[in-house]
Amino acid sequence: MKKPLTSKLSTMYRNDPHQWRLVILMIVWMVFMALTRFRKFYTLINFQTMSSQFPEFGLMALGVMLTMITGGIDLSVVGTANLTSILMAFMMIGATDASGSMSGGTIILAFLLAIVIGAACGALNGFTISKLRIPPILATMGANELFSGICMVMTNGNAISKFSRRYAETINNKLFGLIPVQLLIFAAMAAVVWFMLNKTSYGTKLYLLGTSSKAAWFSGINNTGILMKTYITSGICAALGGMIMLANYNSARADYGSVYTLQCVLIVVLGGVNPNGGKGKVSGVVLAICLLRMLETGINRFPKISSYYISLIWGGVLILVMVLNYFAERRPEREIRKMQKKQAAKA
Amino acid sequence: MNKTLEKKKFSLPHSSEPYVFLVLLLLCILIEIRSGQFFTANNIVDICSAMIVPGLFAAGTFMVIISGGIDISFPALASLATYATTRLMLNMNYEGGVLIPILIALAIGAVLGAFNGLFIGYFDLPAMIVTLGSSNVFKGIMQGALKSKQLAVIPVGMRTYGTSALFTVQNSQSGLTSRMPVAFISLVLVYAVVYFVLHFTMFGRGIFAVGGNDISAHRAGIHVKRTKFLVYVFAGMIASLAGVTRTCMMQQCHPTNMLGMEMNIIAGVVLGGTAMAGGSGTLIGCVLGTLLIVTVENSMILLGISTTWKSVFVGAIILIGTAISAYQSTRKIRKKKIGEDAKAEGGAA
Amino acid sequence: MAEPLLKAVDIDKSFVGVHALKKVNLTIMPGEIHCLAGENGCGKSTLIKVISGVYAPDSGHIEFEGNSYQKITPMQAIDAGIQVIYQDFSIFPNLTVKENLALNMELASKKKLVNWKEVEKIAREAISKIDFKVDLEAKLGDLSVAEKQMVAICRALMFKAKLIIMDEPTTSLTKREVERLFKVILGLKQQGIATLFVSHKLNEVFEISEKYTILRSGELVSSGSTADLDNETFTYYMTGRRFEATHFVPENISKDPIMEAKGLSLAGSYSDVDFSLHKGEILGITGLLDSGRTELALSLFGVEPATGGQLLVNGNPVKFKTPRDAIHSKVGFVPEDRLSEGLFLPQSIADNIVISEIDKLRTRLKTMDFPKRQEEVNRWVKELSIATPDPENACLTLSGGNQQKIVLAKWLACDLDIMILNGPTVGVDIGSKHDIHAILRTLAAKGMGIIIISDDLPEIIENCSSLLIMKGGKIVKQMDMIKEKPDEKAILGYMM
Repeated sequence: MKKPLTSKLSTMYRNDPHQWRLVILMIVWMVFMALTRFRKFYTLINFQTMSSQFPEFGLMALGVMLTMITGGIDLSVVGTANLTSILMAFMMIGATDASGSMSGGTIILAFLLAIVIGAACGALNGFTISKLRIPPILATMGANELFSGICMVMTNGNAISKFSRRYAETINNKLFGLIPVQLLIFAAMAAVVWFMLNKTSYGTKLYLLGTSSKAAWFSGINNTGILMKTYITSGICAALGGMIMLANYNSARADYGSVYTLQCVLIVVLGGVNPNGGKGKVSGVVLAICLLRMLETGINRFPKISSYYISLIWGGVLILVMVLNYFAERRPEREIRKMQKKQAAKA
Repeated sequence: MNKTLEKKKFSLPHSSEPYVFLVLLLLCILIEIRSGQFFTANNIVDICSAMIVPGLFAAGTFMVIISGGIDISFPALASLATYATTRLMLNMNYEGGVLIPILIALAIGAVLGAFNGLFIGYFDLPAMIVTLGSSNVFKGIMQGALKSKQLAVIPVGMRTYGTSALFTVQNSQSGLTSRMPVAFISLVLVYAVVYFVLHFTMFGRGIFAVGGNDISAHRAGIHVKRTKFLVYVFAGMIASLAGVTRTCMMQQCHPTNMLGMEMNIIAGVVLGGTAMAGGSGTLIGCVLGTLLIVTVENSMILLGISTTWKSVFVGAIILIGTAISAYQSTRKIRKKKIGEDAKAEGGAA
Repeated sequence: MAEPLLKAVDIDKSFVGVHALKKVNLTIMPGEIHCLAGENGCGKSTLIKVISGVYAPDSGHIEFEGNSYQKITPMQAIDAGIQVIYQDFSIFPNLTVKENLALNMELASKKKLVNWKEVEKIAREAISKIDFKVDLEAKLGDLSVAEKQMVAICRALMFKAKLIIMDEPTTSLTKREVERLFKVILGLKQQGIATLFVSHKLNEVFEISEKYTILRSGELVSSGSTADLDNETFTYYMTGRRFEATHFVPENISKDPIMEAKGLSLAGSYSDVDFSLHKGEILGITGLLDSGRTELALSLFGVEPATGGQLLVNGNPVKFKTPRDAIHSKVGFVPEDRLSEGLFLPQSIADNIVISEIDKLRTRLKTMDFPKRQEEVNRWVKELSIATPDPENACLTLSGGNQQKIVLAKWLACDLDIMILNGPTVGVDIGSKHDIHAILRTLAAKGMGIIIISDDLPEIIENCSSLLIMKGGKIVKQMDMIKEKPDEKAILGYMM
């Protein structure tokens, strides 16, 4: 009875080795935490904290993931997020009456407008990359400067915060007292992206375009259309991320989240997305986010270890996973060679 | 300097350097028209001064990109090396000149660069990702292990280095004086060394070869892994020199304020015509591109534009500049194709 | 009896799961021009790598000028006078010609500094060996393929080479350039330098080589003088099959043309192109490299849209601005570089097959209809007998021949009326070549209109029912292949 399970597991492992390596690391860490800080780590509050902080950059990471699958990248997610949150902060200030209250409808309107702004920012990137043929690193980097610059001009470097508290309260609310609204927003967007990748023709076209844009063109794929769609979606994800930041900080500034850009790329690569394009799964990215959040919050439970070590750990885990991949890729060859030696010895 | 340029016949140049130079010139003229203050001795000295740290970073980045890689960890690397050095000097109550701190920083920079070089050169892992990881590792070490905080006072030797001047100039109109920092010499020196290495040593030619085609390089007998490794070591050393210079010039050590510079530096290098794929680019272009970005950043006031608009301009320049670059390379490919077909039937020689 | 320059004796070599060379023997005399032939995967590349020291043989040895070596390092091979020119020439496109020429010598001398005067001297000496005129300061990437090859040869000659090994040297060359290359090889012979070149192009083998060695599936099948060989025997040795050169005769040509061009032109490439293609026909378009034939093909698929004139499909005027437009009008295109432009190797076989018709495999809600997709995939895997345990495996896992089939499968799945193939058998060995031609003839018989762009004259003569010859951007001759039955000379006459 044991055989089928282990062989089933090993086929699953072989199909998605990267994902499973992340799961294993996660399990190792969870066990470690269970042994050392069980009471402090395995609490409902801790899990709620973990899950409420990651929607911010988790959303941006979804966008970066999509763009990376095309073989490009989106370094403008933070600029887009800040631009969106600042614009919406202004809008909500206008919608807040003297007593400091604001209608619920305004919040919905804010989200709808945020999507439009994100789409517009993404469209700029899509245009510069597909029509002007600027390399994605440079195009999105330039766009990020531009968006951040516009944010600066609009705010003069100040934080915008004089809008109704209702916004932050709504977004920081917990549905049924348990599930943070933010997490639901992230889950919804992750589901949308998952659907796009796995249940629509866009997904297949995206992966193939990422593998070879020339072959894609020759196969009749509308490269420009796919790239536009991708960067627009990334823009929307970033904009939603900005809206979450707006709730978490209850204010908007031109320079919030500046570390997120590189962190998103890190999460995405850790999640198994190939920077050269053509490969990547939502599940991988979600796993990567979970793993890193668990590491972070776990480390926080060791007050002797400064939270600054987080950076060290993020970087270290990334390099570790890549080195593991490097050695793992060479294993099948060695195994076959061993088999051959055995056969030669028998003969 | 560049031998190939001398022998070229006159035709519309398809390298980027002349265009960048033109844009830079136009920009300078524009600023001059607007303010009358651009081509003053005092402003020029200020710009040279502002070029020191970015210029140093750009030199290291240039070498890395030529080798076919990329390094986004250099600000974190520089910050760590600088912080560690300054901290050490303070702890030792060091009273000597700036040479020792510089040497220590270079040593630390070499070790950190070796970290990058190990994974990129010997394990052949993608450079962007490795340096992404290492930039976090360096930051973590600095902020976590070393518990970095702002050091308002730095050793006297470093302070003197940062404040001493090669010469000073005064603007007769505004009465402002500007100091040309001694550190400018280090910038010139580094570029001279980098130029020499890239153009007159086999190692340097090896960097170009590896960036052009690493398989061919391997077949030709070049130690590809070792070459890549050493490039990152050099880049690390140059970056830490830049970090120490900045701390000296600012008279204090702020551990995190260099972080985030990587994108603008890379943009400057690429604007100057260095191909992201590796193997081609000139130091002149690298300097021009960096100079362009530095000039924009520093001349906002002269243009009468509030500094809050700085990023907007830099962003716009990056987009426009790279669009032109991209257009040029497609033009080059088309020209090459027509030329190729024509030559093919004309028969060689 | 003169001593052999090189003798590979009983070379045996295996890799992971593949027995690449089975006791292979090869003998080359000094100054000899020797052809190493065989289908893809027969072991030619492996043998070359063993001779040049890249691989060590599992058993057997190499004798060079009487000295026997069990194992040879690349450095030893170079010292012995063996130089290999790989298909990609191992050049540096970003460096100048003179640097490319001098680099290997510089590295060999183990100096640390570069002496540019020395570099110039070495470079001038190198190009004088075969009297090759080129601008030493030019960047190698700016040169034509033929010029790059010349540079590679010059570089190889720098090392007092006694044997130059060329791997498929004529793949990207035009007729003139091939002739020039052959002149150079003959010149080398006069200097006492032997050439071993790998090829599977029959006409080349007969034109230039004196001796041949044929491998099949890692075994030596035959070797000897090319004077004693003819086309049929050669093909038989290479493939183990006998092929009859049959001429394609179309069965049911439709009355009305399925595609018509009237005064079609593309500024800078071709002009005034008129032709009509009928169902059941195989139309050939040929010409030299700059005749505009490739651009015309690309225009007919929307990759390089025509700027003037008219194109009609089924009598209706169409404008192909993108490949999507062409596919919409039921036109498909197989590019010359099939594997990198026609396939997505790391992606699944299934995705590769369905990609061009993927929008048709959707449900009413525009989501993917997976059962329908599965059906399509299974159908084509079966029809083309593609050997794979699971179509969701990466295309990489297929053999070369099967990969070529996927390229066709993709278009067959689209239910097209017209198929355009640019260089359908470039780089393909004789066996697969015949298979591909057979498939094309079947498709024509089933009622498709096929256009082949090729400069492989035997291919054109055997497979086309009508032919357009282009020169300098214009059509200089239209031929009815069935009635006129031209030979190679006649066609060449119009091309040049």
